[in-house]
Amino acid sequence: MITAERKPMEEILEYVRPCQRILLVGCNECVTVCAAGGRKEVGLLSSALQMAAMKEGRTLEVKEITLERQCDPEYVEELASQVGDAEAIVSMACGCGVQELARRYKSMRVYPAVNTKFMGASERQGVWAERCQGCGDCLLGITGGVCPIARCSKQLMNGPCGGSTKGKCEISQDVDCAWQLIWDRLKALGVEDRYEENIPAKDWRTGRGGGPRKIIREDLAQ
Amino acid sequence: MENFEPIIVAFCCHYCAYTAADMAGSKRLSYPPNVKIIKAPCSGKIDAIHIMQALQKGADGVYVAGCLEGDCHFKSGNTRAAQRVSYIKKLLEEIGIEGERVEMFTMSAGMGERFAEVATEFTEKIRKMGPNPIKRAAKAAC
Amino acid sequence: MKTDSLLEKIFASGQLALTSECGPPRGAAPDKVREKAELLRGCVDGVNVTDNQTAMVRMSSLAACIILKQMGLNPILQMVTRDRNRLALQSDVIGAYSHGIDTMICLSGDHPHFGDHPMAANVHDLDSVQFVNMVKNMRDDGKFQGGADIDTPPKMFIGAAANPFADPFELRVSRLAKKAKAGADFIQTQCIYNVDKFEKWMEGVRDRGLDKEIYIMAGITPMKSAGMAKYMKNKVPGMDVPDEMVKRMSGVPKEKQAEEGIKICLETMERLKGVKGVAGFHLMAIEWEHRVKEIVERAGLLPRPQF
Repeated sequence: MITAERKPMEEILEYVRPCQRILLVGCNECVTVCAAGGRKEVGLLSSALQMAAMKEGRTLEVKEITLERQCDPEYVEELASQVGDAEAIVSMACGCGVQELARRYKSMRVYPAVNTKFMGASERQGVWAERCQGCGDCLLGITGGVCPIARCSKQLMNGPCGGSTKGKCEISQDVDCAWQLIWDRLKALGVEDRYEENIPAKDWRTGRGGGPRKIIREDLAQ
Repeated sequence: MENFEPIIVAFCCHYCAYTAADMAGSKRLSYPPNVKIIKAPCSGKIDAIHIMQALQKGADGVYVAGCLEGDCHFKSGNTRAAQRVSYIKKLLEEIGIEGERVEMFTMSAGMGERFAEVATEFTEKIRKMGPNPIKRAAKAAC
Repeated sequence: MKTDSLLEKIFASGQLALTSECGPPRGAAPDKVREKAELLRGCVDGVNVTDNQTAMVRMSSLAACIILKQMGLNPILQMVTRDRNRLALQSDVIGAYSHGIDTMICLSGDHPHFGDHPMAANVHDLDSVQFVNMVKNMRDDGKFQGGADIDTPPKMFIGAAANPFADPFELRVSRLAKKAKAGADFIQTQCIYNVDKFEKWMEGVRDRGLDKEIYIMAGITPMKSAGMAKYMKNKVPGMDVPDEMVKRMSGVPKEKQAEEGIKICLETMERLKGVKGVAGFHLMAIEWEHRVKEIVERAGLLPRPQF
């Protein structure tokens, strides 16, 4: 999923301070799963923003809506009837959702309420960790199902650096050494030889190096 | 300010604090009438939004009372409630409202005295802090 | 001979090669470079010039290498992939070679987390193995990494680093093999304090015949004090300092600890001279350049061979 975290309140308050009516829009997808911008978080933020306004002697009307998916025009369209007299839209979706709203509602100010973080997985309740950087040319088939690009702090593709200690990365005890994980997996699979293959310099054109990316499925595109 | 009577909302777990309140009553232990008790099936059932909305609608202090550590009828409802309370404390601090207006307490069903003590102490603490700042601002605006 | 590197000539002659290190200053202070480097004249065969070591901004390695070259010394250009992408790396390699710098070390570099710019973006377009391979192809095939021909390819003698003490230990020999396969000509190891473990690693290296493919220089850092020994043991990732070493350093009075550190360093070198496959020493006397001459002399490694 795409993970996110609520922005500091002060930043959000700064955005909405000039407004009396806002539309606060959550998303039912990734940000719901990582507890950053689903229905619950929309409710909490709405309450917090209203209290903050009351404390400053103002009133703030917040209309709360949580869309099925903010990154799809079909769902974003649902807001058309709700925008009404709102002075700004505050989005709790990832950056994709915020941009979709801005694209569709051109005359509206659209503000992000979360910081989009990374593509990750849930390690345990309440903990999410980075797993993929979307390099566009997946290496997982030769690295035992552990990504060295997303999970090695130095993005090393040919083995651990000299700082790997007891399975941990040199930058923090909280970070697993990706190459220790890869090595353990290769051993478990009985394919240690695979480590010996030198992985050549990567062609980053499939990643961000090639500029903003697009996927076109000819059979689906209209 | 002199005759400020705080409004306190206490979310009480059915298996402990709520029964403890009963016990306090039957033992004729007095506790401040400021405390409005809301019965919940488990402290873990109290969501962050309930606490926030209680404050937003005018409560001056809110507390959640659940079972003693390790004694939750649903295993871990009370620890979750405690985590939520500390989350709300931080959120409140971020919008300039004292986190101390929200607390988590634990007790067993038999602790009538503890219930009365908590209710009294918390009410006194909030009385000293003064009204919920969102109400103060509203009053000033009038 | 692949290159004109003095280091290559010494290795080829079968004599123990000797390198040391010079960390450039944190400012536009060329005299500081000269001062430090001067202390190493005649003591070693090459001087590693570090590249923003510990992820702190310093005078560029290339610029400091040029200063050393002008002094008639033999600089070894260290380069890390942390700060530059493949375009910048290649242009600096040909730039360095154009100034007569013919020996280099390809590294990934310390993570910015450790330095004074933890907010900087990591580049890591290449890793150290890929970097080695790129420089080898520039030299041997005369090709840039993108495939175009190089007009006058840089004939670099290519070094890399190895840490025999980091985890997982069992793949440390394979990691060396990958660097050898990528085209590294020589290796400088992490500082060796745990000689038993190093010997075990070397055994694995010889079993695979890697000592015939790549020259291995044993990394040596004299301890200045018991405090330094403790710091290296506990705070430096990937460093293996046995307890006995810390005990031995702590066991002598403070004013004699420096001498004890040098004694340990000389004993280690003596023992390593007997390890088959060790082709030389890399003496990292961190901010102790003025003691290098003494150490080298007492190790019986002077005078240095001339070619």
